[in-house]
Amino acid sequence: MASVVLSEAEKLYIVHGVQEDLRVDGRGCEDYRCAEVETDVVSNTSGSARVKLGHTDILVGVKAEMGTPKLEKPDEGFLEFFVDCSANATPEFEGRGGEELGTEIANTLYRIFSSEGSVDLKSLCINPREHCWVLYVDVLLLECGGNLFDAISIAVKAALFNTRIPKVRVLEDEEGSKEIELSDDPYDCIRLNVDDVPCIVTLSKIGYRHVVDATLQEEACSLASLLISVTSKGALTCMKKVGKGSLDPESIFEMMETGKRVGKSLHASLQKILDEEESLGTTRQKVGFLG
Amino acid sequence: PPQMRGPRSKALPDRALVNCQYSMATFSTGERKRRPHGDRKSSEMTLHLKQTFEAAILTELYPRSQIDIYVQILQADGGNYCACVNAATLAVIDAGIPMRDYVCASSAGFVEDTALADLSYVEEASGGPQAALALLPTSGQIALLQMDSRLHEDHLEAIIEAASGACRAVHAVLDRVVRDHVQEVTALLGD
Repeated sequence: MASVVLSEAEKLYIVHGVQEDLRVDGRGCEDYRCAEVETDVVSNTSGSARVKLGHTDILVGVKAEMGTPKLEKPDEGFLEFFVDCSANATPEFEGRGGEELGTEIANTLYRIFSSEGSVDLKSLCINPREHCWVLYVDVLLLECGGNLFDAISIAVKAALFNTRIPKVRVLEDEEGSKEIELSDDPYDCIRLNVDDVPCIVTLSKIGYRHVVDATLQEEACSLASLLISVTSKGALTCMKKVGKGSLDPESIFEMMETGKRVGKSLHASLQKILDEEESLGTTRQKVGFLG
Repeated sequence: PPQMRGPRSKALPDRALVNCQYSMATFSTGERKRRPHGDRKSSEMTLHLKQTFEAAILTELYPRSQIDIYVQILQADGGNYCACVNAATLAVIDAGIPMRDYVCASSAGFVEDTALADLSYVEEASGGPQAALALLPTSGQIALLQMDSRLHEDHLEAIIEAASGACRAVHAVLDRVVRDHVQEVTALLGD
C-alpha cells in the first residue's frame, strides 16, 4: 500500500484527536469524505464507473463476454475480477510492484461476491452447460489516497448497475445445433439487479476508537482494521481483519455495529445518486476526466 | 483518451534519466486485453516515448536524478502513441521541467491517393500504410518518425506534410491551454 512518512508528533496528534471524535480534516469518526461517483465514462465497455473519494481515484470497467459455464455451476454465469494498480498512483507500482496489492484486492472481491444472492448469476446463463455471460470486472487504481477497499466496492457496484448486456436469442436448428443471435439494438439489453450487492466498509482502529474512511495518514497510525461487507439491508456477508495489530472481541462487536449503520446509509446515498443519473438518461452532462 | 500524471524527480552521472512506462487499461480496447503492461507492444511504446522525451527535455540541468513519466491509456481508439506524447508534453510542462519545445505528435495514413491525418482505430486496422510523427513545432525538427507497411516514396512527402499540419494544429491547442491555465493560476495567486 502506498505509505506516508509521519513523525511521532503527527501520529500523536491524530491519535489524540480521534479519541475526542475529531479528525484532522474536521470529520467525525463515522463520516465519509466527499465522494464523487460517475457512471458510463468509458464508452467501449458494457458498464463503467469512476469514484473519487478524497484523493483516492478508482476506475472500474465491466466487459461482458460469452464463455462456458463452470463445471460445478452449469446454469449460472460468473464474474472475473482483475485489479491493476497503475504506476500513476505511486512509483512503487511501476512494473510488477503493484501486483501483490492487486491480487490481494482481487481475492477479497472474489470472496465477497462468492456469497449466494449478491448477484443474480442465473440471469447470466444463456444455454445451460454451454454458454453463459462472463462479466470481466476490471479495476484500475489511478490514485491512492487511503481507504481503497471502500472506494473499489462502491465503484464496482456502480459499474454493475451501469452494465448493459445485449439480449440473446437462441435458435435451434433441425440437427440440434444451436445458433446464438445477439440483438443489434443497443437499447435492447438486460440490466443487473444490484440491490443485494454488498459494499465494503473499512473500520480502522486508532487508539481506543475506530474510524471509518481513513486517509493515508490515519492508516499509518492504525495497527489493525476490520473490513466488513454490508448489503443495503444491513446484513453482513463477509468479514476480514487486516493489519499487524490485534483486536479484542468487544471492539470487534462495536466495529461491526458501526459498520452496519454506516453501510446502510452508504448504500442509501449511493442508490440515490445512481437513480438520479439514470433518470437524467441521455441529457446527463458527463464530466468525465476533464472536469 | 490516455491519462497522464505529473513526472517526479527521484536517482545517473551528468544528466537526468528519463524513465517511462506505457500501460493500457484492460478495458481500453474492443477485445479485453489481458496484460496491462510488460508485453512486447507496451515495451516498444515505452522505448519510443523515452526516446522522444530524451530529445526534448533539457536533461543536462538535472544530473544524477530521474524523471518518471507514466502514461495510462484509459480508452484506445487509434493514435495511442500520439495521444500519449501530447499528454506527456502537457504533464512535463505542468511539472515545471524545462523542455526545448512542445512535442506534438500525430499519426497519418494513406488511402486511395489521399493522405489522412490522425487515424482512428478502424482506419488503422484496415491495413494501409500508416506513420506516426512526433514534431517539435517551432524548429520543425522531428523527434520520432515511424512507419508501418509499404508506401511508395513519392507519397512519403504527402504523408509527412499531413502529419506536420496536424501536429501544428495540436501545438496551437496545447499552447492555448497552457497559457490559459497559467493566466488563471497567476490571477488566483495575485489577488
